Amino acid sequence: MDHLDRLESQSIYIFREAFNRLDRVGMLWSLGKDSNVMIWLARKAFFGRVPFPVMHVDTGKKFPEMYEFRDRYAKEWDLTFLRGECPPIEEMDPSLPPAARSAARKTEGLKRFLAENPFDGIFAGIRRDEEATRAKERVFSPRGEGGQWNFRDQPPEFWDQFNTEFPPGTHIRIHPLLHWTEVDIWLYTQREKIPVIDLYFAKDGKRYRSLGDKDITSPVASNATTIEEIIEELRTTKIPERAGRAMDHEAEDAFERLRADGYM
Amino acid sequence: MTNGNIRDFLKIVFVGHVDHGKSTLVGRIFHDTDSLPEGKVESIRRMCERRGMPMEYAFLLDALQAERDQGITIDTTQIWFKSARRDYVIIDAPGHKEFLKNMITGAASADAAILVIDAKEGVQEQSRRHGYLLHLMGVPQVTVCVNKMDLVGYSQDRFDAIEREIRGYLQSIGVSPDHVIPVSGREGDLIVGPSASMPWYPGPSVVDALDGFRVPAPATDQPLRFPVQDVYKFDDRRIIAGRIESGTLRVGDTLLFSPTNKTVRVKSIEAWNAPAPPMKASAGQSVGITLDEQIFVERGHVASHESHPPIETDVFRAHVFWLGREPLKTGKTYRMKLANTEAPVTVQSIDNVIDTGDLSQRAGATVERNAVAEITVRSRKMLALDEFRDNQKTGRFVLIDGYDISGGGIVSMEGYADQRQMITRRASNITQVMHDITDADRARRNGHKGGVLWFTGLSGAGKSTLAVATERRLFDLGYQVYVLDGDNVRFGLNADLGFSPEDRAENIRRVGEVAALMARAGLIVITAFISPYRSDRDRARQAAGHDFHEIFIQADVATCEARDPKGLYQKARAGEIKEFTGVSAPYEAPDAPELSVDTAALPVDACLDKLMAYVEETFTRTR
Repeated sequence: MDHLDRLESQSIYIFREAFNRLDRVGMLWSLGKDSNVMIWLARKAFFGRVPFPVMHVDTGKKFPEMYEFRDRYAKEWDLTFLRGECPPIEEMDPSLPPAARSAARKTEGLKRFLAENPFDGIFAGIRRDEEATRAKERVFSPRGEGGQWNFRDQPPEFWDQFNTEFPPGTHIRIHPLLHWTEVDIWLYTQREKIPVIDLYFAKDGKRYRSLGDKDITSPVASNATTIEEIIEELRTTKIPERAGRAMDHEAEDAFERLRADGYM
Repeated sequence: MTNGNIRDFLKIVFVGHVDHGKSTLVGRIFHDTDSLPEGKVESIRRMCERRGMPMEYAFLLDALQAERDQGITIDTTQIWFKSARRDYVIIDAPGHKEFLKNMITGAASADAAILVIDAKEGVQEQSRRHGYLLHLMGVPQVTVCVNKMDLVGYSQDRFDAIEREIRGYLQSIGVSPDHVIPVSGREGDLIVGPSASMPWYPGPSVVDALDGFRVPAPATDQPLRFPVQDVYKFDDRRIIAGRIESGTLRVGDTLLFSPTNKTVRVKSIEAWNAPAPPMKASAGQSVGITLDEQIFVERGHVASHESHPPIETDVFRAHVFWLGREPLKTGKTYRMKLANTEAPVTVQSIDNVIDTGDLSQRAGATVERNAVAEITVRSRKMLALDEFRDNQKTGRFVLIDGYDISGGGIVSMEGYADQRQMITRRASNITQVMHDITDADRARRNGHKGGVLWFTGLSGAGKSTLAVATERRLFDLGYQVYVLDGDNVRFGLNADLGFSPEDRAENIRRVGEVAALMARAGLIVITAFISPYRSDRDRARQAAGHDFHEIFIQADVATCEARDPKGLYQKARAGEIKEFTGVSAPYEAPDAPELSVDTAALPVDACLDKLMAYVEETFTRTR
């Protein structure tokens, strides 16, 4: 087994564990490179099908390429697709910095979506290497009724013995990609020939490394037009992946506050 | 697949006492190997300025506001890094005692560990505890870094003293560190190369030591263990899904499922998006298989090959580390998860509470949070498992109290038998013959019912004395009665058995079956065997059904030892008999015997009267 085989096997183990232990699960699909890998891994885990709904909590501000991709592959991959709506920015906490406030729409949209669709747990494709508070996450991460993350008192998690039973009212986020890195995602996408959105490839000296809403995501300087070139670039770059995501950088703890409140 | 892009990968955990500089050391490694993302140093510098403090590399890892404000690591974190040789994830684990559960969360998945010790403070409580826990959790490789050498003037004497102390401690728990390295995280000594301040140190730098760790190989050479995670029926296939924890399975192999003891052949290994259907699968792979026969298989069952099955038992000993809010208690029932098995288990006894500091041991009824202990665990159902030393993956478990994972443990079967032999029926094509004479017919002729009086108790408690005397009295009163005695049975029926846990269990199994047959024949059978294990007595009870009466012949060890009718205690104390019940092997007293007779408190005649009263009340048929 090489490194990718090990990552894949661990993710499959996590998928199967959650599917067995929790009654109703669903998966968040943000249409980005990570969640596409996540869907792929689910199909591996369950021998070609995704036996739970896949949902997109839509801010309405994604790139058109993303919506096209979504509609095409929801069909091709035979997904049970659900769409959630996000509330307008005026309803968000005005004390948050502007981009974080914009990002908070997604948190609120997810909360409302979950209130209407009672899942016990949802799969989310976050990775530890993306951002420092995500590095502290658990694979099975319990959330309060409002989606809050109590990062000061997380359950122990060792030997793949995940916490799978919780007091009533707890909501579980399951993170099957937590142990992957950005390079791993691209290496695996390459190996498995998983489709990706073109925005990741450089045009006019720029490309997106991380896809979010149009208004708070910027491309980075790059000449990488193929997956091989992206992998080569990532081997040497010192630019952090989320450099183009505005809400991470507005205040020292801006992202920590967002995540504690339920942001992915 | 050969892909030049995919590099070796290793998970390294940094552990040690609070404030000994783990996060600083990690931060420094990142800085000195030029692994920091752009802008990170500036952002850390700004954070430090805002707090009015000097540049602190620990902020690289301490991501939470509270961590930076308090200058401690609260939760474990991971950060990626590469050397010229390979890729790493560095796991930074909190040293603070309060966050031990987070330290374990970080450490348990590591391939190797760096144990950090402050040169000025020396080996502290958590240095020892973390060393002990690494060993217990099965982290196979350890290097020690003696940090903050700048604060002790780079003194070789100071370093030598700490090296001696920590090597001595680790050796005593069975760990030999690859290296002990003097470093300064703050000043950058011996992080990537030699240090001008410590020319006396000839060994590797920290990064050299990391590159020297081995990538652990998956356990493909060990016996097959395939714990069932789930069974899928999405289409016409019935797929048994799970991860192979050790060994290899192939299409066409005959698998033995435990604890049901059913065998069946592998029809196929299923895979999606694979170029060709796989013909074999090995340790580490999450797979799905189909079987050529529809036997009952469910989550928690363990598939193996017939030649090397796991142990089957409902009792085992364990080394546990306790993380629960509430102390671990004798007699309390917890939920246990072992591989994919879940079972309610009861803590039968806490045999030793271990001080990880000086390794002293004491008995106790509770284990407090963050402590380590040896306990005996009893399960309500038969388990398939391995000893930790034989197979880490199927020899470790967690205990759940309420909703919380509250402890972890590793399995030892010392003193207990593999019960597989006792529950395996080898013959097939057997049909039970119905007797023409009923139990009631026999009871009418004898004037009493048949049954088993199962005496259990320590050697010297008075079992044989009371058995023989009860037999005499009953015989004189016209009862059909017979005594089965331990030594006598071993002269004949069980002459082929020794005194290993398995043989002792088999001894009791046969006696239980013989006693049940004799009871069915209408006799009152009195057995006089120590029968120290509850599972063995329970099996004898099953054989005889409701005609089984467990009689606890009770006397404390001191009383029995004073009597010592066969001189056995003396020999056991002298070490001439190993595994002697009550001295060096467990005696599990009955929980709810039908009758207890305390021979330490009552004279023989009074004990006899009690027994006679019980028999007359229970067995006598009203004519």
